Amino acid sequence: MNLMTSSSPHVHGGDSVDKVMMTVIYALAPATFLSIFLFGWPALLVILLTVGSCVATERWTNHLRKRPSTIGDNSAILTGLLLALTLPPHSPWWICVVGGVFAIGVGKSIYGGLGFNMFNPALIARVFLLISFPVELTTWPEISPIFQEGSFSLAQSFSIIFAGDYGAISLDAITAATPLGQYKVETGMGKTVAEALGGDYGYSIFHTFAGDIGGSLGETSALFLLAGGVWMIQRGLITWHIPISMILGTLIPATLMWLINGDLYPDPVFHLITGGLILGAFFMATDMVTSPVTTKGMLIFGASCGILTYVIRTWGGYPEGVSFAIVIMNTAVPLIDQYTKPVVYGKSKKEKANA
Amino acid sequence: MGILQQVIRAFHGGVHPDENKDLTAACGIESMPMPAKLYVPLHQHIGRPCDPAVGIGDKVLKGQIIGKPDGFISAPVHAPTSGTITDFVEHPVGHPSGLPMLCAVLETDGEDTQIEGLKGVEDPFSLEPAQIRDAVREAGIVGLGGATFPSHVKLSPPGEKVVELLVLNGVECEPYLTCDARLMEERTEQIVQGIQIMLHALQTKQAVIGIEDNKPAAIAAMKRAVDGEKNITVQVLPVMYPQGSEKQLIEVLTGRQVPSGGLPIDVGVVCHNVATAIAIKEAVVNGQPLTKRVVTVTGRGVVRPANVECLLGTTVEDLLQQCGGTKPSMTKLVMGGPMMGVALHSPKAPVVKGTSGLLVLEKQETTDSPEGPCIRCAKCVHVCPMSLMPNEMAWLSKNEQMDALAEHDLFDCIECGTCSYVCPSSIPLVHYFRYGKFAIEGKKRAKHRSDLAKVRTEVKEKRVAKEKAEREAKKAAMKAKREAAAKAKAEAAAKEGAAPADAATEAPAGDDKAAKIAKAKAAAAAARAAKAKKAGGAEDAPADDDKAAKIAKAKAAAAKAREAKKAREAAAAGETAPAEEAPADSVADEKAAKIAKARAAAAKAKAAKAAREAKKAQEDAGE
Repeated sequence: MNLMTSSSPHVHGGDSVDKVMMTVIYALAPATFLSIFLFGWPALLVILLTVGSCVATERWTNHLRKRPSTIGDNSAILTGLLLALTLPPHSPWWICVVGGVFAIGVGKSIYGGLGFNMFNPALIARVFLLISFPVELTTWPEISPIFQEGSFSLAQSFSIIFAGDYGAISLDAITAATPLGQYKVETGMGKTVAEALGGDYGYSIFHTFAGDIGGSLGETSALFLLAGGVWMIQRGLITWHIPISMILGTLIPATLMWLINGDLYPDPVFHLITGGLILGAFFMATDMVTSPVTTKGMLIFGASCGILTYVIRTWGGYPEGVSFAIVIMNTAVPLIDQYTKPVVYGKSKKEKANA
Repeated sequence: MGILQQVIRAFHGGVHPDENKDLTAACGIESMPMPAKLYVPLHQHIGRPCDPAVGIGDKVLKGQIIGKPDGFISAPVHAPTSGTITDFVEHPVGHPSGLPMLCAVLETDGEDTQIEGLKGVEDPFSLEPAQIRDAVREAGIVGLGGATFPSHVKLSPPGEKVVELLVLNGVECEPYLTCDARLMEERTEQIVQGIQIMLHALQTKQAVIGIEDNKPAAIAAMKRAVDGEKNITVQVLPVMYPQGSEKQLIEVLTGRQVPSGGLPIDVGVVCHNVATAIAIKEAVVNGQPLTKRVVTVTGRGVVRPANVECLLGTTVEDLLQQCGGTKPSMTKLVMGGPMMGVALHSPKAPVVKGTSGLLVLEKQETTDSPEGPCIRCAKCVHVCPMSLMPNEMAWLSKNEQMDALAEHDLFDCIECGTCSYVCPSSIPLVHYFRYGKFAIEGKKRAKHRSDLAKVRTEVKEKRVAKEKAEREAKKAAMKAKREAAAKAKAEAAAKEGAAPADAATEAPAGDDKAAKIAKAKAAAAAARAAKAKKAGGAEDAPADDDKAAKIAKAKAAAAKAREAKKAREAAAAGETAPAEEAPADSVADEKAAKIAKARAAAAKAKAAKAAREAKKAQEDAGE
C-alpha cells in the first residue's frame, strides 16, 4: 500500500495565492470597466500595456534568477492593473512600459520576488514615474466616454498612446486639472476654496463621487472602488482595519482644519472622494506583503498613511499624497510589526514586557 | 454559579473547517470480531514508556498487566484479551517519525477469559479519593481525547490547589470524528456516573459538559441525563476549531486563561474527555482496566464508515476489514482527526488509547500543494488561538534562528494546525514549529552535557590544585620541622640544658594546622568531584544497559527462532520421537529467553534507578 504521509493538518481551507490575487482583481473589475468606459480605448491600451509589461518582466526576471515561472500566481497581473489605475488615461506607451518594468523588476524581483518586497510594486513604480516624468504623469484628459459621438476611435487611440498624436485636437482643449490640482494651484494663488473649485471649474460632489470627472484611471469612481473594497472585506480577504483607519487618518485632520478655516481648507468630503484615497486605502495600503500583520499594527499603519496623505496634500509639493504616504509607511512596517506583537495566550501584558 | 460563566466572545482566532461528520454521525457504536493477533504498544501515553511485565510465551488473561508503568506520569498497559504473548517486536505505530515502537504481540485464544481479582465497588462514593485515583491508575486510564495524559495525575491535584470546576470535554471539534458524540448519545448514564465519581475524587461540587452545537442528539441526551443532577450542567457551544483544546475550552467556559507553562489546575479547573469519564466509571465500579475504545473509521476512501469499538492493539488493517476495506482511491491514512492526527506509514499500526479516529482520505479530501512564499497575508496571525505570530515563527525556524524562535513563545504553540489550514501559500507551519521545538530541546540537552563537562573539568582542576597545595604544605611543614629539629639540635648542642627555642615548637604546630585544613578541603573537593563524575558518567550507563537489554532480547528471539525452526523440521520429517523432545527443548529455550528477558528488564530497571539517582546527585552537585 502506497500511503501519502505528511505533517498535520491533513485538510486545508483551500485558499491559495493565485485565488487571493484573482479576488483582488475581481474587486477592481467594476472600477476598471467604468474607467475604460469613461476614458475610451486609450484607457484599455494603457491597462493592457502595463499588465503586459509587468507579466513579461515577471517571466524575464524568473528566467534571470533561474526560478520556475511565477506568472501563475497572478500577482504580476494585479500589479499591472493597479499601476494602470494610478496613471493618467492617455499615458504614452513608454510610460506604461517603463512603469511596468520598474514595478516588477525593481519593485519586486530584486528583493527576491513575491513576499519579499518592501514596497508596494505598483506604487513604487508610480512614485518613480511621478518624480521622473512629472508632465506626463499630470496631464489629465477630460472624460470622453466610449462609443459616443466625438469619442476617440481605436485607431486614434493607438496614435495617442503610441505617438502622442491627437490629430487636429489641441491638447489644451481636452485636458483639465483634477479637483486636487485645481485646489492646490488656485489656493496657492490666494483664492479661497470656494473660488477655486466653483465658478468655471464647477466642482460637484455627485460627479466626483460617481466618477465622471478627469483624473487617473482608478481615481475617478469612488463609488465603484468602495463597492469593490467592501466586497473584499466581506470575503475576508482584507480586514477593515487599514482602510478605515487610513480614511479616518485623512478625514479627522481634514475636518479639524476645515472647521478652523473653511476658506483655506476644503471640507472632509472633498478629501474623501477626490484623488486616490479610496483606491489607496482599500487596494494599495492593504497590500499584504507590505502592510503589518498584526491588528494593532494595521491600525497604526493605516492611520499614519492617512495623516501623511493629508499633510502632503495640504502642505507638500504635490497635489496628491496617497502614493507617497503609503510608500513612506511601507518602510516602517517591520518596525510596527516588531512592536505590536499580540499578547500570547496565558501571558499577562506585564509578563510580556518583562520577557 | 461562581467560576462558570458563559463567555460571549469565545477565544482568539479559530477556524471552521468542513465538518464532514455526517459520514458517521448516525452510525451507532458497533463491535467487531476478535482479531487473531493484537499488537499492543508498551508506550500509549505521554510520559515514560512501560517495561514489559510478561515474557515471551506467557499465557495472559484479559486485564492482566503486560506493561509496568515507570514513574508517576505513566500508566500500565493491560492485555486486551486472553491469549499468548508470542513476541516483543519493533512494530509500526502511529507516530509522525514513522519509527517502529516496542509492541507485545498477543495471539488471541478467542476465550476472552478475564483475570481473577478484578472487582469493582458497588458504591464508589464510599471510597476515599485516593482509592479512586489508585483504581484509575491501576486501570491504565489516560485521556482518550487524543492527548493521552495519564488520568490519575489529573485526579491528584497538589494539596495547595483548589479545584473549583470539573470540565467535561464533549466538544469533539476535530472534523470527521463522531465517536464522542455517539458515546454521549448511547452511554449517557455511564458518563454521568463517571462525572460523579470524578467529582468525588476531586472533592469538587460542580461539573460542566461542553458540547458544540453541531451535535444536537448528544446535547439532548446529555441534557436529559443531567436533568436530576444539580451539580452537572450542559453548556452548548458554537462550532469553532480548536475549541476542544483544553485551554480554549476552559477560556470559553470560565473566561480564565491557563497561564503560559501552567496547568488548568492553576485556574481552578480540571478537564477530562467524556470518553475518559466512561473509562473511569468502568474502572471504579466494574473493576475493568482500559482495554478497548471507540474509533471513528471514516473518510471517503473507506467502503463503510462506522464507529467501531475495538480492542487496543487491533491493527488498522483489521479495523478497515471490519468497515468493508478501502477504496482504490484512498491516498492517506490518518490516525486521529484531520487537523492534529498522524499520517500512518503502514496499515499495520495498532489502535492505541489515544486513537479517536481513523481517517481514510481520498486525494481531494486532503492537501498536497507545494509550499509557496509567505505573502504576509496575516491570516495565520488572526486565526492563532494562542495569539502567536506563526508567520515569523516559521521564518525563524526555517532559518535556524532557534534562540529568537524560543523568544517568540514557540513552546506555547499547541500544534492545532489552524495556521497551516488557512495559509494560502500552503506553508507547513506546524511542521516548522515541531522541527523548531525539537531542535531547541536538542540544543538544550547538548548545552546541559557541555555544562556538566565544564563542571567536571573545573572540579578536577581544583582538585589537582588542592592536591598540589597540600603536597607543598606538607613539604613545607616537613621542612620547617626538619629545620626546627636541626636548629633545636644545634641549639641544644650549643647550649646544653638550655630552654628549647619558642620558634621551633610553634612553627610545626601552625603548619600542621594549615596542612590539616588543606587536607580536609581537598577531601571535600574530591568528594564533590566524585559526585559530579558519578552524575556525568551515569548518563551513559542507562544507554549501555538499554543496549544490553536489547541484545539480550535479540538473543532470546534468536533462540526462539532456532527452536521454531527445529520444531518445523521435526514436523516436516514426521518423526514423532524427536518431535516429542523438541517441545522439551523449546521449553528450555523459552525459559532461557524468558530469563534473558526478565534479566534485561531488571537491568533496565536498575539503569533507570541509577539514572534517577544520578540525576538527583547531579542536581545536588549543581547547587
